[in-house]
Amino acid sequence: MWDYTDKVKEHFLNPRNVGEIENADAVGEVGSLACGDALKLFIKLDDTKERIVDAKFQTFGCGSAIASSSALTEMIKGKTLDEALGVTNKEIADFLGGLPEEKMHCSVMGQEALEVAIAKYRGGPVPSHDHGHEHEQEGEIVCKCFGLTDGFLRKVIASNKLHTAEQVTHFTKAGGACGGCIPKIKELIAEVLGEQVKDEPRKPGKLTNLRKMQLIQETLEKEIRPLLWADGGDLELVDIAGANVQIAFRKACAGCVSSGYTARFVEQKLKDLVSDDITVEEVEG
Amino acid sequence: MKEIYLDNNATTKVDEAVFEEMRPYFCELYGNPSSMHFFGGQVQKKVDEARNRVAALLGAQPEEIIFTACGTESDNAAIRSALEVFPEKRHIVTSRVEHPAVLTLCRNLSKRGCRITELNVDSAGRLDLDELARSLDDDTAIVSLMYANNETGVVFPIEEIGAMVKAKGALFHTDAVQAVGKIPLDMATSTIDMLSLSGHKLHAPKGIGALYLRKGVPFRPFLVGGHQERSRRAGTEATSSIIALGKACELAALHMEEENTRVLALRDRLERELLARIPHARINGGGAERLPNTLSIAFEFVEGEAILLLLSEHGICASSGSACTSGSLEPSHVLRAMGVPFTCAHGSIRFSLSRFTTDAEIDTVIRELPPIIQRLREISPFGREKLTK
Repeated sequence: MWDYTDKVKEHFLNPRNVGEIENADAVGEVGSLACGDALKLFIKLDDTKERIVDAKFQTFGCGSAIASSSALTEMIKGKTLDEALGVTNKEIADFLGGLPEEKMHCSVMGQEALEVAIAKYRGGPVPSHDHGHEHEQEGEIVCKCFGLTDGFLRKVIASNKLHTAEQVTHFTKAGGACGGCIPKIKELIAEVLGEQVKDEPRKPGKLTNLRKMQLIQETLEKEIRPLLWADGGDLELVDIAGANVQIAFRKACAGCVSSGYTARFVEQKLKDLVSDDITVEEVEG
Repeated sequence: MKEIYLDNNATTKVDEAVFEEMRPYFCELYGNPSSMHFFGGQVQKKVDEARNRVAALLGAQPEEIIFTACGTESDNAAIRSALEVFPEKRHIVTSRVEHPAVLTLCRNLSKRGCRITELNVDSAGRLDLDELARSLDDDTAIVSLMYANNETGVVFPIEEIGAMVKAKGALFHTDAVQAVGKIPLDMATSTIDMLSLSGHKLHAPKGIGALYLRKGVPFRPFLVGGHQERSRRAGTEATSSIIALGKACELAALHMEEENTRVLALRDRLERELLARIPHARINGGGAERLPNTLSIAFEFVEGEAILLLLSEHGICASSGSACTSGSLEPSHVLRAMGVPFTCAHGSIRFSLSRFTTDAEIDTVIRELPPIIQRLREISPFGREKLTK
């Protein structure tokens, strides 16, 4: 049984704002019967067409899908369209006191429906993640089962700081059916993380021992471990003796036949980013 | 809130009489049956009695019963044994609707040089025996097909299948964890070579199972070590659990008729009343022979987890083939294999009854479920035109 918060249960049992708005200014639809969940969001604006005065929803889905829809409508009432566009899936989840990670896609669905509704109202391009409905798709379809594009996945990966393919599935459903796109999702994660890496400063000049140890730790945390996570692996820093860095592999890396290769990769990364004299040794620990 | 437990295909209540039977074998009669003293010997006698009781339920001989830790272990032992017995044969036949205990094993073996045929089922969950006939060849080591499906209750024509498999010289295994105790079995006249059963599906505790192994069928043990179970399953006997399983099998034989009369009538009444009260509902496997205790019913335009959560508010415990209950994203592999239309694949609920199910409990479900479906349909964006007609 899912560990739903009391607030999720309360919004599921007593959902707010269920129904349609007959002369709605904006309507956003995402999902389908085949996908297992779907949300139709109705928005009514004030006379100046700036501020949301009413929001209603119809949802087909599990308990957290209904609760997320209810939360979304409560959150956007009274906001201007621009303010509403700033609502993130994380804020929807936080409003409910959190969602199980496997259910985060319900909060993403809420954010998507809102973006689609506002984009359609404004007449601009409709966001690319509209699950293959009648709208024009932007970007390349990555997950064929759920009709999700690379642009949408990049955005969710970056904004939720996702670092494994499994997390991407939990947040977007991508890769959750046939699994054929999981290698592509891993590439996207590496690309998004790589872009974040580019912003980091390059290798510094001469270092004190203390600074070198700090830098080794930082580099492992920020640059190396996320890449291992992407493949279900991990490592732990055991000790640093001068320029000799001792690490132990964890999770999928532990006992992996190519862990020797991974150790060399870690060493090269530390040489590049910290100091040329670093050696990496794999130890039991 | 008192629970209304209608999830007996997931697990069952340990019968009080079963618990009483096993209770002394923890703190008082804790001896090892292999020991050369009276204290172990008296436990050995109870283990023998349990073996006789399990054999009696199956119409088997006691030495054909191997105690294991669970149904999954029995399945793994049977299939892996066949591959060792016939090192030259690398083909396994199974079906798309098997339990993961068989299906995951077969899919793993397919990565290690085995050829796997997964037989299809029709929209009622039935096998096509012609497809089975076409799939069998001289390379087939074992055919593993479930006796009855855990999600829909659909029963396969096991004896017909067994005869076809025998004619081809392959071994025949059946995962019967859902069938044992619910429908009469007789190994003495059967074509089954190996059969898996699980204690916790028939009112014994979790963590005990058995593998029926027909006398004369070659076997290689899955667990090796000590001489227990005639060297066919090493490891100190789980004495209290084995004794519990024996008692549970004895009770299952006593209640077999009730299962196929009173429990069946309850299931049929639940099915009839729900179909009468809820439009756009259909029975999964309705056209096939089914277990007497299982009802899998699909409701269009609503999602299974939401139904279960609302049922749970009334103390009603059921299960669903819905993706959202499991963390996976596709509806159950069984319903997909049956080609259940996508309009209701996500809205299927399984009620599985037992001899402890009462009339009043079924009345409660008949009363509470229709408004739950109606409420969720009012929230759903789908099916409005159809439902208002």
